[in-house]
Amino acid sequence: MTFINYAAREINCKIVYYGPGLCGKTTNLQYVYDRTNPAAKGKLISLATETDRTLFFDFLPLDLGTVRGFKTRFHLYTVPGQVFYDASRKLILKGVDGVVFVADSQEARMEANVESIRNLDKNLKEQGYDIATIPYVLQFNKRDLPTAVATDEMYRQLNIKGEPTFEATATTGVGVFDTLKAVARQVLMELKKR
Amino acid sequence: MTAPDLVLYDEEFQRIRDSLQRLRHDANANVVFLVDKNGQQIAAVGDLQSLDTTSLASLTAGNVAATDGLARLIGEKEFSILFHEGEKDNIHISIVAQRVILVVIFDERSSLGLVRLRVRRATTELDKIFEDIAAKVEKEKESLQAEFESPFAEITDEDIDRLFSE
Repeated sequence: MTFINYAAREINCKIVYYGPGLCGKTTNLQYVYDRTNPAAKGKLISLATETDRTLFFDFLPLDLGTVRGFKTRFHLYTVPGQVFYDASRKLILKGVDGVVFVADSQEARMEANVESIRNLDKNLKEQGYDIATIPYVLQFNKRDLPTAVATDEMYRQLNIKGEPTFEATATTGVGVFDTLKAVARQVLMELKKR
Repeated sequence: MTAPDLVLYDEEFQRIRDSLQRLRHDANANVVFLVDKNGQQIAAVGDLQSLDTTSLASLTAGNVAATDGLARLIGEKEFSILFHEGEKDNIHISIVAQRVILVVIFDERSSLGLVRLRVRRATTELDKIFEDIAAKVEKEKESLQAEFESPFAEITDEDIDRLFSE
């Protein structure tokens, strides 16, 4: 749910990074955090285990500037990717405005990618959203790895509706901002339809 | 979706702020704020300079969502009050009008009993305000939709490119 505050002339949107365990959701956020002007970002909050696996969510508030006189603020969240944290994933999808699906390019993780998209579809439905209509972007992460599956093969297996798709290496930042920008664009364009 | 789910008019926004201000004073609290269940801050009063309210709002909503999940697991609808006790500061969290979260941060100058008492009164007030808002939105729904000129109707690709230009 986009929260538009006309009194403060502010608009808040929630973007969720989804994907299987260890695909690089937190790394995406970390890169955005590292590369953003300190005045434009809040604290990066990570609720993680001692081994740095996301336990509940990561959260990064981002002020992107103004659109049509409204201050635009994006709240970026990640979900815990591991299969058994499904209850937490559902909670984080509440009120979502746009989803980035981070797929792991390694061949051994293709099945996990497919399973995670299926899980996303199911959890969105439970919250009353439809993956076919919600702003949605697909990212093929870890393109730098030698075991990366060819992109057209990944696209064939993971594409749902011809969504914007980006190749990325989140550790070095390749494709990270392109992905974010694409989902932000869709979320803001969605407001136009209201 | 035709209009944003949560509509706040200036008049009710002011009433909410007044109510929070009064609660802060009566409960002797440091900070009182209101967040919606998705983690968006609605209003805050008190000693806010040293506080990261955006993170606070998001974590509060996460906390309430997790606790709601727990409640449902054991067959409860929700736990309507959460209380976290620290060495110096404490946080009292409660649900108002089923959809918003009221957070009170207080220290040794107040007490849990006083906070609970004052929160109860404020909750009645806030429930009423949110009821009024719902009624107003319902009543003005059609005219709202007819007259509502979204400032984003004219948004362009260039507007969005500009956001990411720095």
